[in-house]
Amino acid sequence: MRTILYIIQKEFRQLKRNRQMLPIIFIMPMVQLLVLSFAATFEIKNTNLYIVDNDHSQLSRELTGKFRGSPFYTITGYTDDYKTAQQALELRKASQILIIPSKFERDLHEQDKAKVQVVTDAINGSAAALTSAYALSIIHDFNIRLLVETFPAIDLKDPIDVRYSFWYNPKLDYKTFMVPGILVLLVTLIGLFLSGMNVVREKEIGTIEQINVTPIHKYEFIAGKLIPFWIIALFELAFGLILAKLIFNIPIVGSIGLIFGVASVYLIAIMGLGLFISTLADTQQQSMFLSWFFMVIFILMSGLFTPIDSMPGWAKTINIINPIHYFIPVMRNVMLKGSTFADISKYFWALVCYGFISISLAVWRYRKTS
Amino acid sequence: MIILFGMPVVQVLLFGFAITTDIKDAQIAILDKSNDYMTHEITNKLLSSGYFILGANLDKDDQIDKAFKKGNIREVIIFEKNFARNIVTNKNASVQIIADASDPNMANLLFNYTQSILMDYQRQLYKDKKFPMQIQTETRMLYNPELKSVFMFVPGTITILLMLISAMMTSISIAKEKEMGTMEVLLVSPLKPFQIVVGKVIPYVILSCVNAFVILMISFFVLGMPVQGSLLFLLLETILFIFMSLSLGIFISTVSQTQQIAMMLSMFVLMLPTILLSGFIFPIENMPLPLQYFSMIMPSRWFIIIIKGIMLKGSTIFFLWKETLILVGLTLFFITMSVKKFKVRLA
Repeated sequence: MRTILYIIQKEFRQLKRNRQMLPIIFIMPMVQLLVLSFAATFEIKNTNLYIVDNDHSQLSRELTGKFRGSPFYTITGYTDDYKTAQQALELRKASQILIIPSKFERDLHEQDKAKVQVVTDAINGSAAALTSAYALSIIHDFNIRLLVETFPAIDLKDPIDVRYSFWYNPKLDYKTFMVPGILVLLVTLIGLFLSGMNVVREKEIGTIEQINVTPIHKYEFIAGKLIPFWIIALFELAFGLILAKLIFNIPIVGSIGLIFGVASVYLIAIMGLGLFISTLADTQQQSMFLSWFFMVIFILMSGLFTPIDSMPGWAKTINIINPIHYFIPVMRNVMLKGSTFADISKYFWALVCYGFISISLAVWRYRKTS
Repeated sequence: MIILFGMPVVQVLLFGFAITTDIKDAQIAILDKSNDYMTHEITNKLLSSGYFILGANLDKDDQIDKAFKKGNIREVIIFEKNFARNIVTNKNASVQIIADASDPNMANLLFNYTQSILMDYQRQLYKDKKFPMQIQTETRMLYNPELKSVFMFVPGTITILLMLISAMMTSISIAKEKEMGTMEVLLVSPLKPFQIVVGKVIPYVILSCVNAFVILMISFFVLGMPVQGSLLFLLLETILFIFMSLSLGIFISTVSQTQQIAMMLSMFVLMLPTILLSGFIFPIENMPLPLQYFSMIMPSRWFIIIIKGIMLKGSTIFFLWKETLILVGLTLFFITMSVKKFKVRLA
């Protein structure tokens, strides 16, 4: 037991001596949390619209006016030549075009129907779906108002009355969604990378030989190496949570104790993984590359940025060995919805299993004699 | 070695197929207080759309919170009592949609899809009713008619992989020589520093070019990304970007004493901002203004615009000269800075 304490002391001392690493470990994650939480959003604040008006009538001007008055739209151009508008799309001066054909007003009055076209830059598929829907609803509102003005007696109410509400995040604030995820990301980076790199660094520097010739047990050495980073990571999580509450006003509905409890287990699982990876590598370069490879894949597949439901079956199968994918729902559900231990128990036990397996693998692969 | 070649391939495949913001098989719960033919028809319509699958059937309002808390259900749809009867006699019945907005994007999209399916059903019910003065809107999706989210992600994936190999690996490799002490040996030899650096960098250039080519091939053949513009232009821009990343990698290595630092710098200052701020996943237009300005110094941001332009829009140099010029400028900047900082003596 005392041996482990000594190793922990040594690790902290080494960390203090490594001047350049200290700001990276402590300040970088916080900066990341602040910057990235503001950056990561799918919310569409504004769409740049180009108008192609071939009708120049009262009605076409009124329709254009409705878009101009909408807070979601900025009209960046007005022309009667489609080619100009298309060039604007290509140069990214606009992301949507509204085309009002000639005889628009006349057709509406004489033939009871007229066509308009909405052309959207669909490179970002989901954004295009949303902006298309916005445009359609503005046109629909315009149509309704026109009908009501022309035929005051008409009954236009939709029979199916759709009422909606958004729970847990009524303002649809994207930060509320991202911050718990980014906290997971930060904690993971520290756990996975620093711990793994640490062991390999000792190997490269050569001091690991000196430790190996001491009577220290394998598990004592590994425990001593991991515990300092475990402590640092938990400390960062706490600090990150404080920032989340103060700066972003993220609700913390559930039990904080539960968050830290699961985080502790998660860290052990992640560190075991990082350690195991580092036992497979001879150089820091290799270890870092391997860790990076796994980390990017696991992060992107974990449901942090994109929904897991939409993934194909084989991807969901791969997620079984992805520890991040167990922790993210825990963070989100406990923080935002107040889930209890019973609700997230299956994730918790999965992490316990994972931790057990990864640490065992790491200890098994680590040989005191090389 | 296998990793350096295999990894990009695996990542491109993974991101092409697994990372998507498209909605598919989202679990919803139905709280049907009517259980009549209309609510069943609507439910069927919803469940056969491909967007939704039935996660649970609820009978009471207080079960909703629990269903959300478990984490699987994304949306709950509540039909009021006597739905069909109310529609037929009063022409008015309500449907309530409650969405779990802890993921606001999903919630918004799911809500929009649900609403449009409901409106579609309504139109079917009343298709014989004729309204005057109907504006019919035709929507067209340009560059990506099927709204595949692959088109958004592949350019970013290509950028990240190239940057990873060129910038990160180069910086670590040079830093390693410094750390190992073998750099001193190289420096006292008759070789000029410039020759040492070029020699170190050429293997990564070749590796990057091969990787870039492989990734583009996979994107085209397996993921279905078109190359609307000129392939030659695309390759030239890619090589420009590789040189830019290499010069960036060299620059990072001149300021790092150890490999660990080179790696940490590459990761925190390069990789993470690239993934999040360059327009890879999150559109730059939606970010707060200061971040938009900050992303202007990210070379990856410009390269993603170039790739999307050439592959999806078929743009020529006429449309992309500004971005290309920026990349050239950044390359020269990093090379100059590296030359300045590269001290012939390591002290």
